[in-house]
Amino acid sequence: MSIAPLIDASVASLRQALDSKQVSSVELATLFLDRIAAHDPALNAFITLDREGALAAARAADARIAAGQAGPLTGIPLAHKDVFCTEGTLTTCGSKMLANFTSPYDAHVVGLLKQAGAVSLGKTNMDEFAMGSSTESSFFGPTRNPWALDCVPGGSSGGSAAAVAARLVPIATGTDTGGSVRQPAAFCGITGIKPTYGLVSRYGMVAYASSLDQGGAFGACAEDCALLLSAMTGFDRRDSTSLDRPPENHAAALRASVADAARPLAGCVIGLPREFFAAGMSAGIRAAVDAALDEYRKLGATTREVSLPNAELAIPAYYVLAPAEASSNLSRFDGVRYGHRAATYADLDDMYCKSRGEGFGAEVQRRILVGTYVLSHGYYDAYYLQAQKLRRLIAEDFRRAFAECDFIAGPTSPVTAWALGAMSGDPVQMYLADIYTTAVNLAGLPALSHPCGFDDAGLPIGLQLIGDYFAESRLLASAHHFQQATDWHQRRPALSQCVPDNIAKTRT
Amino acid sequence: MSLSNEQVNRLARLARLAVSDEALDITRIQLDGILALIARMEAVDTTGVTPMSHPQELAARLRADEVVETDRRAAFQAIAPQAEAGLYLVPKVIE
Repeated sequence: MSIAPLIDASVASLRQALDSKQVSSVELATLFLDRIAAHDPALNAFITLDREGALAAARAADARIAAGQAGPLTGIPLAHKDVFCTEGTLTTCGSKMLANFTSPYDAHVVGLLKQAGAVSLGKTNMDEFAMGSSTESSFFGPTRNPWALDCVPGGSSGGSAAAVAARLVPIATGTDTGGSVRQPAAFCGITGIKPTYGLVSRYGMVAYASSLDQGGAFGACAEDCALLLSAMTGFDRRDSTSLDRPPENHAAALRASVADAARPLAGCVIGLPREFFAAGMSAGIRAAVDAALDEYRKLGATTREVSLPNAELAIPAYYVLAPAEASSNLSRFDGVRYGHRAATYADLDDMYCKSRGEGFGAEVQRRILVGTYVLSHGYYDAYYLQAQKLRRLIAEDFRRAFAECDFIAGPTSPVTAWALGAMSGDPVQMYLADIYTTAVNLAGLPALSHPCGFDDAGLPIGLQLIGDYFAESRLLASAHHFQQATDWHQRRPALSQCVPDNIAKTRT
Repeated sequence: MSLSNEQVNRLARLARLAVSDEALDITRIQLDGILALIARMEAVDTTGVTPMSHPQELAARLRADEVVETDRRAAFQAIAPQAEAGLYLVPKVIE
């Protein structure tokens, strides 16, 4: 039989196909690599493809499987957002600054997934230094949304989201500083989770805003995300904010038996912040979110109104704290130790200014300048300190809300994917689209986005579920139960489904 | 409030970013827009609120004082724009 249907398979099904020798890891990697070759010229989801590295890893995975030593991800193809350092292949962060940068070491996450035997196919496109909500600020050109090629895939992890949505790869890593996993997951009609701050090591993850940056996982469904996230988390002494906690098997939590199979979410209380359901949400999104909440109620959950009175302050607070941390973090790019250096300069200072002026794109420069401004003499208390106080108020809002509910639900984004270029030149307009996601990062909470419908234009809509600290397993299990009862996560964009003849091999 | 071109130039200077004269006006206008967005938080009374710098209130970890990394100077300097004899080369700073 043909292995082509495996492009749509869940990770658990791929595991079964590998373990039963229906397919080899090399064949699986080849299947997806050829699919990337066919469709990525239109999508631009990848910055770097690593065919040779992938096939070598796949051969090693096949040996492990043959020896009966396969783990959940052994032989499973995946892709890394190009913010994660990978030894021996380019790590560009979507920037001219790092266009030729080859990391001398692996990010902790990359190392963990290598040890798990996962097969990395390449590095995905992203907003430059993860600063953006559309993947348009990439030095390597924008990624396109597989549901509508003239629309953005969201961002900053837009390449990973588009690649998973188009089934160029089954699962992918991302990072989420203000919504950069959840919002592209929503725009591309897939599932994405950002865990509690501190669970995924930031070692080797190029820093944007260190107190907010957190690695996350993309998959078609919650189960795929659970398998990937479980393999990405774990204490790392090299990250000073890494949390030392016992490992969790999120996928096992999904399969845990429930007392009432028809009402698996019985007893679960979902809080609906009145501030999230106020004006500003489009009618199509409102309808899809309401329908999803009805489905959650059918599954046994109850809903109640909660309040996050300071939620509207999340965007201004975020756009002080993140640029401030960015201006500090990005000072390391000086054209001396790595990265772009200007070709001509008068002296050392001129070399810094020209190298950075040439190496950073417009949005990165804007955020560095804003960060420099809010941290500069005389403004620190008014901006940075005030934003940190608002951060406390926002976190306290969530703490009070979680005394009354298990999860908080709402739309992931107030809009669906916008047309390429529609927001360029108006950074504030794009910042405002982060309204439902940034508060979660400020508080350091876990949250996921799962598909829950489409708007009139056929573009995907995401539902955001926010949990209390360390509620990843319960968040993923709830989304999983929703997905057992619905098929939004199984919808696929109408890319040409033909696969090149050379990979439609038959096997007996 | 709005910034002057002079203030933008000063910020660029502090951030070691060469902003061209052509880009100056648009940069200033966009920074004004962002600062207006940020200004929304000025009106909030935060008297008595403890600033929150980090989601988990963590104390810095301590570890034993022992060697955990090996010397990888050659690997790190191989990716430098200009390195020689184990040194990073930069324009002369002392006459």
